[in-house]
Amino acid sequence: MVDTQQIQIEGAVVRFVGDSGDGMQLTGTQFTDTSAIAGNDISTFPDFPAEIRAPAGTPAGVSGFQVNFAASAVEAPGDQPDILVAMNPAAYKMNIEDLKTGGVLIVNSDNFSDIDLRKAGYETNPLEDNPMVGEKFQLISVPMTALVEEALKELDMKPVHKRRCKNFFALGLMYWMFDRTLEYTEAWILKKFGGKDVLEQANIKALRAGYNYGDTAEIFTRRYKVKSTPMPAGTYRQITGNSATAYGLVAAGVKSGLNVVYSTYPITPASDILHDLSKLKNFGVKTVQAEDEIAACGVALGASYGGSLGVTASSGPGICLKAEFVGLAAMTELPLVIVDVQRGGPSTGLPTKTEQSDLMLTLFGRNGECPVPVIAASTPVDCFHAVLEAARIAVEYMTPVYFLSDGFIANSSDLWNVPAFADLPGIKQVFYTGEDGKPYKPYERDPETLARKWVTPGTPKLQNTLTGLEKNEKGDISYDGKNHALMCGLRKDKIAAIAKSYGPTKILGAQSGKVLVLAWGGTYGHIVSAVKELQKEGASISYVHLRHINPLPLDLEEIIGNFDTVVVPEINLGQLVQVIRAKYAIDAQSVTQIMGKPFKVADLVTAFRKFL
Amino acid sequence: MNQPAPIKYTKKDFTSSKDVKWCPGCGDYAILATVQKTMADLGRPKEKQVVVSGIGCSSRFPVYMDTHGFHTIHGRAPTVATGLRVARPDLDVWMVTGDGDGLSIGGNHLMHAVRRNVEMVVLLFNNRIYGLTKGQYSPTSEQNKVTKSTPYGSVDAPLNPLLFALAAGATFVARTWDTNPRHMDAVFKAARQHKGLSLVEIWQNCVIFNDGAFDNVVDREVKEERLVELEEGKPIVFGKDKSKCLVLDGLDVVVRDTALTDPAKILVHNPRSQSPTLAMALAQLSFPDAPTPMGILRQVERPTYDGDVNEQAAQVLKDRGPGNMDKLLRGSASWKIETDEVFEDAWKPFVSKKK
Repeated sequence: MVDTQQIQIEGAVVRFVGDSGDGMQLTGTQFTDTSAIAGNDISTFPDFPAEIRAPAGTPAGVSGFQVNFAASAVEAPGDQPDILVAMNPAAYKMNIEDLKTGGVLIVNSDNFSDIDLRKAGYETNPLEDNPMVGEKFQLISVPMTALVEEALKELDMKPVHKRRCKNFFALGLMYWMFDRTLEYTEAWILKKFGGKDVLEQANIKALRAGYNYGDTAEIFTRRYKVKSTPMPAGTYRQITGNSATAYGLVAAGVKSGLNVVYSTYPITPASDILHDLSKLKNFGVKTVQAEDEIAACGVALGASYGGSLGVTASSGPGICLKAEFVGLAAMTELPLVIVDVQRGGPSTGLPTKTEQSDLMLTLFGRNGECPVPVIAASTPVDCFHAVLEAARIAVEYMTPVYFLSDGFIANSSDLWNVPAFADLPGIKQVFYTGEDGKPYKPYERDPETLARKWVTPGTPKLQNTLTGLEKNEKGDISYDGKNHALMCGLRKDKIAAIAKSYGPTKILGAQSGKVLVLAWGGTYGHIVSAVKELQKEGASISYVHLRHINPLPLDLEEIIGNFDTVVVPEINLGQLVQVIRAKYAIDAQSVTQIMGKPFKVADLVTAFRKFL
Repeated sequence: MNQPAPIKYTKKDFTSSKDVKWCPGCGDYAILATVQKTMADLGRPKEKQVVVSGIGCSSRFPVYMDTHGFHTIHGRAPTVATGLRVARPDLDVWMVTGDGDGLSIGGNHLMHAVRRNVEMVVLLFNNRIYGLTKGQYSPTSEQNKVTKSTPYGSVDAPLNPLLFALAAGATFVARTWDTNPRHMDAVFKAARQHKGLSLVEIWQNCVIFNDGAFDNVVDREVKEERLVELEEGKPIVFGKDKSKCLVLDGLDVVVRDTALTDPAKILVHNPRSQSPTLAMALAQLSFPDAPTPMGILRQVERPTYDGDVNEQAAQVLKDRGPGNMDKLLRGSASWKIETDEVFEDAWKPFVSKKK
């Protein structure tokens, strides 16, 4: 009998990979939920192909889900998996290089037949005569398909349906390996099928079979125990960036007292926001699936004109199409939130992969002098708070606002200590109805915010026509040169004035020193991990992560001046770095990667070290 | 629902203080004056009238109206009007567009607004030319047209706006012309009272770049023979002494001598027929093969998009009750951690605090 040794560990990174029809996303999500409920901090990274169902068993159809869970704070989904669960040779092929040296590879050996190998482009079985096995990683071959068929033999189901339960077998096996209970997943299965389907029994049996296999198979020399993380009191849940964005928009509607009209055209990776919001009509949300990206923006702007909070969303290709309407919103000074869940570009690019390459597009991609605020979310949970901030600026300053998310944080999930709704910041919103009796001038401005008054159609005596043509304070069309200069200046000053409403910029680390890492968007988790690692070594490195990219915080110039070098890491070819160089006339250094993937913490540590 | 009593207005109540800047003699003047009269006669609350337009000569229209208005961007007015109706079903939306704005750059949006049957009146000013860009051919210009951009004649085939609307599922389709205020007024009133999208094509003369484009049909001297004013429930007859009529010959609508035709065979105009077949047949008639039809070709009831969006939202609210934000944020799979331990704040770059 093999003695299974239980080892206490700080945390682990597990990656489930299989065919896109194998249910890897579900398996990963269940494993994550169970880890979180067991009291671990978590961060996830789902990675799936653009093809819905690429030919089964081929590398094009490989879908993966990685989770990092630990007894201490987890900021990023982890660079390399400690444990890789590969359901077929294609999944093995696409992921084996990432497996950590000394890691564990678990495969479904039943899926390594000649025909499976050929689909993955192998002539011989890569698990046989492989020098890496034993040297680089430990291989555990489990005939999952046969074991599942055996476990389900008494159920009246087609064999093909039985075999589909093998992901639950793999999940059960991983629960055994990390000494988890099956309680949460079993409850989830019961809730999903409600006793009506034979699949309920089948999935539970497969899950238990996987768990029991770990106990009895005598091939595992180790199992692991991750202590629970001490966490502040609160209500916790897991949330993806797209769901957090949807809820943030609902919150913005309730906080401002406005209906939200969310109008989009389906596009990866933004569509899930529409899916979430379309269910929430009892929160004052109306959703429109428009005929195209332009129309989606026009409907949102029409709704804002009518006194709702108009919101549109897309990803790069769709954002290009909305530009003319964003200009009209800026010119007529109406609130509008434009969500850009960035993906790899240019053109159709890499639809399901992440990138931060729309910054310049959102900052400058319009005709004329047309400044628009740009807000970026840093983590899945931060999507909630950052989109609420975007809506606040849109409403309080009467302007379109770009909200930037990205494919990585949109689909990844974080653990969220859910705030009480009452504790969230408010949004000041008033419709002007002429109550002060003064003559109405549509472009008269609030002396502090420089925002114009919001008058909606239906308001008696304040009839006026908004236009994309230049106009004077009274709203009359004017081509006068001096007036144009005045209006361009006022629109610019209004956006610049928004920076006065920010709190002080937070710095991680010393207030001055050698290196300041300055970043934005969904790279936060990886960068903070890298900076903390270097700080532990005693390096003189501090970190500022920007939420507001336009206008930039007023105290940023002073902060930057306290460091020898400013390093700007981005998932593009260097965009924020150009803004920083231009704005502050400093020789900011660029660290970039553009492979459709998040940074690796180790790569960032190496890159930052060069400047220390 | 009871209709509120009409408010007494005059045309002046709908006339803005802005100087009208169309070319002298432009057909737009007569259309503007008629719409102002129509709105005054209908007596619906002035502040609830909203004119949404795109870009082009005709799209300056809202500036000259003393109503709320939104002069948007080229071709996209249907989208703004749709969003407005979704947000504010209490408003009367009038959308003004032209043949270039509505059928070329904005053809897609117009098609979808028609398909969705968003409640609004669409006034499509058709002058068969690009006026504001100074005289290029448009998607309704006849083939071989010589313009600034087509010195050897245009090779584009023209689009029939009414057929386009009918094919997209329009519930109200009409045509009128700028030199007949009486006819325009009657069509506009019916269009406004229709529950759904009313598409009205208005033949409008561009005095500078396409002067007289419709004279061969609407000129006083010839119109009796070359156009037919459709009237609901009446036989379709035209010409001097109503000497000509329309009859169905197989699948075609053809012209016959009234005197030689069995009266029972003469087409009786029925815009309320659920089938759009006859409306489509009429929409395809034009001089010189047949008289050009004027008036309401189709007028049927169908649920509106904006109505249904708001009804569905109201139904969900009724069924599920007002949403509870805290419950939404907690979701269905949350858990509580209870501890007295106090934690040092992990570094988070942004902390939202209540103001």
